[in-house]
Amino acid sequence: MFRFAFRRFLSAVPTLFIVVTLSFFMMRIAPGGPFHLERPLPPQVFENLNRAFFLDQPLIVQYGHYLWNLMHGDFGPSFIYRDFTVAELIGNSLPYSMTLGFWALLIGVGGGVFVGSLAALKQNSLIDYMVMSVANIGITVPNFVFAPLMSLVFAVVLGWLPAGGWDDGGFRNLVLPVISLALPQFAVFARITRGSMIETLRADHIRTARAYGLPSRTIVIVHALRAALMPVISYLGPTAAGVLTGSVVVETVFSLPGVGRYFVLGALNRDYTLVMGTVVLISIFIIVFNLIVDLLYAVLDPRVRYE
Amino acid sequence: MSEQKSSPVTQAPVQGLSLWMMARRRFLRNKAAMFSLFVLIAVAVFSFGGTWVYPHAYDQIFDSYVAIPPSLEPYPKEDTLHQVMQDAAEHGHVSLADFSVTGSTYTAKVTSDKAIDPRVTRYLDRPDEFDGAAIKETLDGGNSAIVTGTVNRQYFPFGTDRNGRDLMPRIMVGGQVSITVGILATLVSLVIGVVYGAVSGYIGGRTDNVMMRFVEILYSLPFMFFVIMLVVFFGRHFVLIFVAIGAIQWLDMARIVRGQTLSLKRREFVEAAHAMGLSNWQIIKRHVIPNTIGPVVVFVTVLVPQVILLESFLSFLGLGVQEPMTSWGTLIAEGTTGMQFVPWLLIYPSIFFVVTLFALNFVGDGLRDALDPKDR
Amino acid sequence: MTDNLLEIKGLHVRFGTPIGDVHAVKGIELSVAKGETLAIVGESGSGKSQTMMAMMGLLASNGRVEGSARFQGQELVGLPLKALNQVRGNKIAMIFQEPMTSLDPLYKIGKQLAEPMMYHRGLSAAEARKKAIELLELVQIPDPTRRVDSYPYELSGGQRQRVMIAMALANDPELLIADEPTTALDVTIQAQILELLADLKKRIGLAIIFISHDLNIVRRFSDRVAVMRLGEVVETGKVGEVFDNPQHPYTQMLLASEPTGRKAPVPDTAPILLEGSNVNVVFRMGGGFLGSKPSEIHAVNQVQIRLREGQTIGIVGESGSGKSTLGRALLRLNHGTGRIRFEDADISQASREAMREHRRHLQLVFQDPFGSLSPRMTAGEIVTEGLLVHEPQLTKADRDARAVQAFEEVGLDPNMRNRYPHEFSGGQRQRIAIARAIILKPKVVVLDEPTSALDRSVQKQIVELLRSLQRAHGLSYLFISHDLSVVRALSDYIIVMKSGKIVEEGSTEQIFDAPAMDYTRELMAAAFGH
Repeated sequence: MFRFAFRRFLSAVPTLFIVVTLSFFMMRIAPGGPFHLERPLPPQVFENLNRAFFLDQPLIVQYGHYLWNLMHGDFGPSFIYRDFTVAELIGNSLPYSMTLGFWALLIGVGGGVFVGSLAALKQNSLIDYMVMSVANIGITVPNFVFAPLMSLVFAVVLGWLPAGGWDDGGFRNLVLPVISLALPQFAVFARITRGSMIETLRADHIRTARAYGLPSRTIVIVHALRAALMPVISYLGPTAAGVLTGSVVVETVFSLPGVGRYFVLGALNRDYTLVMGTVVLISIFIIVFNLIVDLLYAVLDPRVRYE
Repeated sequence: MSEQKSSPVTQAPVQGLSLWMMARRRFLRNKAAMFSLFVLIAVAVFSFGGTWVYPHAYDQIFDSYVAIPPSLEPYPKEDTLHQVMQDAAEHGHVSLADFSVTGSTYTAKVTSDKAIDPRVTRYLDRPDEFDGAAIKETLDGGNSAIVTGTVNRQYFPFGTDRNGRDLMPRIMVGGQVSITVGILATLVSLVIGVVYGAVSGYIGGRTDNVMMRFVEILYSLPFMFFVIMLVVFFGRHFVLIFVAIGAIQWLDMARIVRGQTLSLKRREFVEAAHAMGLSNWQIIKRHVIPNTIGPVVVFVTVLVPQVILLESFLSFLGLGVQEPMTSWGTLIAEGTTGMQFVPWLLIYPSIFFVVTLFALNFVGDGLRDALDPKDR
Repeated sequence: MTDNLLEIKGLHVRFGTPIGDVHAVKGIELSVAKGETLAIVGESGSGKSQTMMAMMGLLASNGRVEGSARFQGQELVGLPLKALNQVRGNKIAMIFQEPMTSLDPLYKIGKQLAEPMMYHRGLSAAEARKKAIELLELVQIPDPTRRVDSYPYELSGGQRQRVMIAMALANDPELLIADEPTTALDVTIQAQILELLADLKKRIGLAIIFISHDLNIVRRFSDRVAVMRLGEVVETGKVGEVFDNPQHPYTQMLLASEPTGRKAPVPDTAPILLEGSNVNVVFRMGGGFLGSKPSEIHAVNQVQIRLREGQTIGIVGESGSGKSTLGRALLRLNHGTGRIRFEDADISQASREAMREHRRHLQLVFQDPFGSLSPRMTAGEIVTEGLLVHEPQLTKADRDARAVQAFEEVGLDPNMRNRYPHEFSGGQRQRIAIARAIILKPKVVVLDEPTSALDRSVQKQIVELLRSLQRAHGLSYLFISHDLSVVRALSDYIIVMKSGKIVEEGSTEQIFDAPAMDYTRELMAAAFGH
C-alpha cells in the first residue's frame, strides 16, 4: 500500500513540472507586463523595476531562476503588492478559503452522497423528485447568480444574516458563503450518487445478496454503497482541490479575503509571481487530492490494489 | 420467431423505422423538452427580434430616468412633470407661471423680466420628458409666453440602470451575445474536438497515445488560469472570447469522440465493412460518423449551456465583452454591486439567464433520452 | 401431492413498460417433490427464469406477480420481506448464470460465504469462516484455506461458480434453484460443474430446479422436465417419457432441432482455394510510455490449414483457443504473419488496394447478429453495401433488384428490405448477415459461430440455409464453433484448437468417432456425455 502511494506520488512530479513550465511561458508570451500601466511610468523607473525583478534577463534565465527558487520553496516577491512575498499573500489568505472550502465540502459532498443514496433507494418517490429538483437547480443556476440572490434575499431583504465580511469566521458570516459554495457540489454529488446507486442496486451481486436473504440494511450499506461510491470518489479529487483553493465569485460577492481573488487580480495585472504561485498551489492541491482519491480507490476496490 | 419463406414482391416494400425517426418521436412526446424548446425559441426571438422592434437602443442614456424601478406605467409620472418643467425653465432663465397637461400635450406659461427669447424652447425640449415645444402666443408685450409641446412618454418595463439606460434592450443585447457565444464557441470546440478525437481514435496506437497525453496535460492545467490566459492573450475582443472558450471545451469533445470511435472500430459491422473491402474513408463516412452523431449531439446540448455559463462567468469577472456592449454575465455583475438599492438590475438578467439555462438543460435531457434510450 | 416441497399454481408475471404490460408468465403450474430434480427448459423469452425470480421476490421493480407459490406449505407470493428473508438463502438457495458478476467484487469470498450463515444461523465470524473453508473443500476448490481469502477477480469463471454453489449449500437448503448455471462456461468446465451438482444432489438429497435451454444437459441431469414456451408450460413429465415420446408439437420441434445430417468429404483432387502456412498472430497487451513491459499473447501459433473447393472445415475449441483469430488472420483482417495463399495469389503481403479485389471472394459472417449490422442502415443497404465496392457500375435500381434476390435466397421477405436491423429477430438478422456475404458471390465464407447466439430451433434453420447455399453456389466454408453438434452436421473436416495450436485434425468421422487426443475426447464427453 505504501509503495503504491509512493509510486503515484512520484508520477505526479512530471505533471507539476509541465504545468509550471507551460504556465510560466504562456504568462510571459502574453502581451503586457506588470509595469505596463495605463499611465506609463517614467522610463528610468520602468527600467529599474524591470531590473529589480530580473525582467531584463532572457526568458530562459528567468525561468531557470524561478524554478530554482521554487524548488527551495521560494515563490518570489509579488510584483504588484510590493511589500509582500507571494508566499505571504497566499499564506495569509489561504486559511479563509480553506475554512470556507472545508465546510462547503462537508455539506456538499456529505449531504449530496446521503441525499443521492436516499433518492436512489426511494426511486420515483416524492423524496426522489425533491432531491432531483434541488440538484437540477444547483447544477443549472451558477454560483455568480445564486450567491448574489441569496445575499439579496437573506441579507438585504430579510436582514437575517450579514451580507459579507469575515468577522473572525463567525457562524452567521459563514452561512451564506458556505451554502453558495456548497450548492453546486451538493447538486453534482447527489446526482452522481443517485445514478451510480441505482445502477449498483441492479447489479448481479446485489441480486445474489437479496437471493440469500440478507437484510436490506446490510445489502445497502455493506454491498451497494461501497460499489456505488467508486464513481463518486473520482469526482472528489478535482472538486476538493477547486473548492479548497477558493472561489473568486463567492469571495467577491461576500467580500472575503481568500485566495481566489488574488488569482484573478494577479492574472489581470500580470503579477507573474502571484499567478505562478496560485497556479502551483492549485496544482499541488489537485495532485494531492488525486493521490488521496487513488488511495481511497485502492482501499475500496481490491482490484485496483492488484494492478 | 417465425422465419417466413419468401413471398412474391407484389406490394410496395415496408418502410422501416430508422433510429432517427424513433428518436424524433420520443423527443416530440417529451413534454418538458418540447416546452423548453418553445421557451428557448421565445428567448431567442426576444433577444434578436426585440432590438428591431423596441424603441430604445441598448446604449441610449436617459438622464432623467436614472435607476428607475421597473413599471408598466409610462414615464414621466404626472406629478413630477411640473418640477421638471420648472427646472428646465430655470435653465432657460425664465420662470414657470402656469403648467398643465392634457393627454399627451402640455401647456406652459413662462414669464421673464425681459422679452422672451424664442430660443427658450430648446431649453424646454432638453429634458427627456418633453418634446416639440413651440410658442403658441406671446403675452405682456413679449415678457411672457404660452408654450405648448408634447409630453414624451417612455415605458421602462424592466427599469433602467444606474447610467439611465433601459434594462430591457440591454437584456436583449446580452441575450444576443450569450446565445451567439454559446453557439459559436460550441461549433469551434465541436470541429476541433471531433476531428482530433476521430483521428486519434481511428489511427490508434502510438499516435493515439501521444495525442491523448497532450489532452491530459491540458486537463491538468487549472481551468480558470487557462481561460484567463487566453483572454489576456486575445484581449477582450468579443470574437476572441468564444475562440478561447471553444479552445478549452474541445478537450471533453475530443475524449468522447475518441472513445466512441475506438468502440466503433471494434464493432463487428465495421469489421464486416473491412471484410467487404470498403476503403477507410468509406467506412468513416458510412459507419463511423453516423454512429457517432448521437453522442456528439447529446454532448453538444451539454456544451452550449456550459459555454454560456463560462462566458457569463468571464463577464462577471470583468473579462468579457466591453462597454457599452453587454452580456448577461456583465448585467448580473452590475446588478450584484448595487443590489441593496437597485435589485431589479440583478433580478431581471438573472431570470432570463436562469430560464435559458434550465430550458437548455431540459432540451438536452430530452435529446439524450431520445437519442440514447437505455432500454433500446 | 402433499409431499411436494414446492407447489406453484396459477402464477402470473407482468412487467409494466411504457408501451404497455408485457405478460411474461401466464398462469403456470409446477411442483417439485423432495429430493427431485425438475428441469425447466425453453428458449429465451419463455419466462423460465422470471418464474423463479417472481417466486423469490427478485423481480425488477416494474414486475408484478399474481398467483401462488407454496414452499413447504408456506405461501411465498406476497410474503413480507422479513419473512421471505427467512426462506431465501436458508431453505431455498439460488445460483445464477453469470458467475463473473454474481459475486460482490469488493469482498473476499470467505466473507461472502460467511454472511448468509452468520445471518441465518447466528454463527460467529470464526465459526462461519471455518464452515466456509469446509464448503470450499466440498465444492473441490483447491487449497481452500488460502482461497477463502481470495477476491472473486482472482478466481476463474468455473471456480466462481463453485463458490456460488458453496454459498448455496451453506445453510443446508431444501431446494436449490440453478438458473442456467453452466451456460456462460466452457464445455469442459460445464461438465465438471454438472458433475459436482449431481454428486452433491446424491449426497445431500436436495431438490433442484434446473433451468436450461440445453436439452442434452437436461436429459442427463434431471428427473422430471417442464417445457416452457411464451410464458406457458406446454408439457411436463418424467425425463425419459418426454424425451422419448413428446406430446406437444413444440417439444417435438425442440427435440428435433438438434442439427442432423453429415457432409460428404470432398475428393482429395479438389483444388485448394485458401491455404495458410505457419500462421501466427501475437497480441500485445498493456505497456505504455512508462508502464511495465507489454505482455504478449500468442493467439495463433504456427497453424497450417488448407481449404479445398466445396469443403467445410470445422474449427472447434473453447473460448480463447484462437479459432476466431485464425479465421480473421486468413482473411487478412488482423496482423498475422505467415504465408496465406488464395487461389494462385500469395495474399500475405498484399496491400489494402491489392486485397480489395480478393475481398469479394473471401467473406465473413459473425456470431452476434446484433453487433454485426450497422443500426443506422436499412437491411437492403446493409446487404448491398459490398456491391458499392465490387460492382460500382450498378445503379441504385440494380442494387435494389439484387437485394430482393438475395433476400429471397436466404428466406427473408424482400418487402422487409427497407426496415432497420432493430426491427428483425435474431434469426432474421443472421439471415441478413448471410445475404450480405453471399450477394458478392464469394468462394470462401468464414462463419464465426454464426449459430451460437440463436435459439436451438432457429439454429437448425440457419444450418439448413448454410447447407443449401453451399450446394447452390459451391461455397467453401471455414466453420468456427464451440458447438460440436452443429459442427458435426456441417463440416467434413475438423480442426481442434487449444491455446492457439492445432491439437488434432482429421475427417469428421475420424474426430467424432475415434478421437486420438485426450483434449478432444474431453470435449466430446462434455458435449455428448459419453
